[in-house]
Amino acid sequence: MDSLLPILPFFIAAILTLFTRGSLRAAIMIAAPIIAAFGIYSLDVGHTLNATIMGLDLAPIRMDRLSMLFAYLFCIAALLGNIYALYHKDTMQHFAAQGYAASAIGAVLAGDMLTLFIYWELMALTSSVLIFARRSDASLYAGIRYLAIQILSGLLLLAGIVIYYQSVGNLDFNHIGLDAPGAWFFFLAFGIKSAFPFLHNWLTDAYPEATSSGTVFLSSFTTKVAVYALARSFAGEEILIYIGAVMAFFPIYYAVIENDLRRVLTYSLINQVGFMVVGIGIGTQLALNGAVAHAFADVIFKGLLMMSMGAVLFRTGEMRGSELGGLYKRMPKTAFFCIIGAASISAFPLFSGFVSKSIIVTAVLQEGYYGVWLILLFAAAGVFHHAGIKIPFFAFFAHDSKHIQTTKEAPKNMLWAMALSAVLCVLIGVFPQTFYSMLPWPMDYTVYDTTHVLTQLQLLFFSALAFVWLKLANIYPPELKSVNLDAEWIYRKLFPKAIYGISNVWCGFYSKFQFQTEKLLETAQSSTIQFFGADGFLSNFRSIGGMVMWVAVILSTSLFLYYI
Amino acid sequence: MMNKKYLFDNPKNVKILIRSLYACCFILFALDLVIHRHTYHPWESFIGFYAIYGCLACVVLVMIARELRKVVMRSEDYYDIKDENNNQLIEKEKKIEDLMKTGEKVDG
Repeated sequence: MDSLLPILPFFIAAILTLFTRGSLRAAIMIAAPIIAAFGIYSLDVGHTLNATIMGLDLAPIRMDRLSMLFAYLFCIAALLGNIYALYHKDTMQHFAAQGYAASAIGAVLAGDMLTLFIYWELMALTSSVLIFARRSDASLYAGIRYLAIQILSGLLLLAGIVIYYQSVGNLDFNHIGLDAPGAWFFFLAFGIKSAFPFLHNWLTDAYPEATSSGTVFLSSFTTKVAVYALARSFAGEEILIYIGAVMAFFPIYYAVIENDLRRVLTYSLINQVGFMVVGIGIGTQLALNGAVAHAFADVIFKGLLMMSMGAVLFRTGEMRGSELGGLYKRMPKTAFFCIIGAASISAFPLFSGFVSKSIIVTAVLQEGYYGVWLILLFAAAGVFHHAGIKIPFFAFFAHDSKHIQTTKEAPKNMLWAMALSAVLCVLIGVFPQTFYSMLPWPMDYTVYDTTHVLTQLQLLFFSALAFVWLKLANIYPPELKSVNLDAEWIYRKLFPKAIYGISNVWCGFYSKFQFQTEKLLETAQSSTIQFFGADGFLSNFRSIGGMVMWVAVILSTSLFLYYI
Repeated sequence: MMNKKYLFDNPKNVKILIRSLYACCFILFALDLVIHRHTYHPWESFIGFYAIYGCLACVVLVMIARELRKVVMRSEDYYDIKDENNNQLIEKEKKIEDLMKTGEKVDG
């Protein structure tokens, strides 16, 4: 029973949200993550809960330093997200969010693959509800696409598990490596959820369509569980370094030209996950620590940014950069918290992104991947550009939009959630050694030395300089009402078009075939009627006597021929 | 309330902000001449490597993004599911309605 304490509170809270209202429900939603965190605290590192079900040896709970850190992280994310979501009186969302948090924690604590699979699918189901809860046509379609791709990831995982179990004979979820049987199924399943290039569009498609609080939960859990799974099973696979570099590199271009500000953040989410994937690919203790630390920091600062944008969406009903601006006049506190989140994601010294991202960059340099290092540096400057400057600038500054007439500051609970996240961002940034001591592997690393701080400040300030110059020279691409084509075009446009095209050709062919057949049958029928019908040639004016005569003629002819 | 002057309504404040950014950049670049950095890669030891790289990266990023826009940008309703035949019918009906309103003779 004790072993289940990290997960059960959320499941119980999920059920209780169905029957409670008002402050009682608020109390439950705040208590659940705290009790769950206490549950994690009460279990020792190394604790496992074993169970045998239908002859399979399972370990539903496995507590080690890696899974424990992620479990704590998800408790924090759930607490912040729940505080943020209190303002909504939407039972469906509250129920789904608790279930989502429970399954995310369950997934990282799973010691065997089958348990992982169950939570993996549960996560897909519960998270899709947060998208449907927006209750618009766009969110319905995006949610269905999201769910289809998530389920596909789950099926791949299941296929991998079956193949793996048949040849290895156990279900322990540990290092798999790409040479193991069924490994590529696992790799793809984890790759879909961590938004590998070309598999990433479910994220940019669905997250911006979710509710204002739903996106906060979504950005915290799914991709981070995938990062955990990759770190657990594919650490040190070199291919991940290059995949991660591409992930860090390509979304920043889309982020610069994207109009929907929450979609900008999803592109930047892929970029951040790219850093983590690089860290996992390098696979040294330092790099893995960096990946985990960055996942930790990212959940909080990305959550904070999503919260601030969610507050803007909540108050204005608008998320397009082209329609926003000047909101610092009406939402100064939200703007302030957004800037803290922006500073964190841009990795300013004294903020959380700096202490985590530096580890990965240092590890890349130490292992001698200089090309990747240059790409990551480029991406780091780009992050500052699109997430650090663009998000706060176009939402809260730039030109005055029509919304500043009517908009109010965000509700108190949202401000509290943002304030707590902001405090965490700064605390992690100011006390990195305390933060580092929680990381899974031992490492000897100091982040605050002159070189790090100076080079990072140079990189960032000169990026800002470039932004100012580009903006003043009117080169910076303006925010335009638009959508940008991405890999999703393949399944949102090409497939439907191809299916329509093929079915059109087939229909044309089939109707022609049908027409010709009918014509042939008709001809056969009419000629039959012509010859044998009531008025036909052979039945009309020939008398029975005549026919008998003809039969007699034929018979006598044949008799005659026989004798010759 | 709306007549209240806010921080950046005054162009002077914007100017101060931008000037202080210039000053910070200048100081940071100058510090590179004074402080000895420990490096892993030979390029890192160039004076102002990070500053120049950061600045260049952003300019290149924006330039490529502008070009990318020419290729990938579509109108907002690009993915909307439309029934084209239906739309045409509706448009036709609308046209007829408009014509009837203006009192012109309608064919058909």
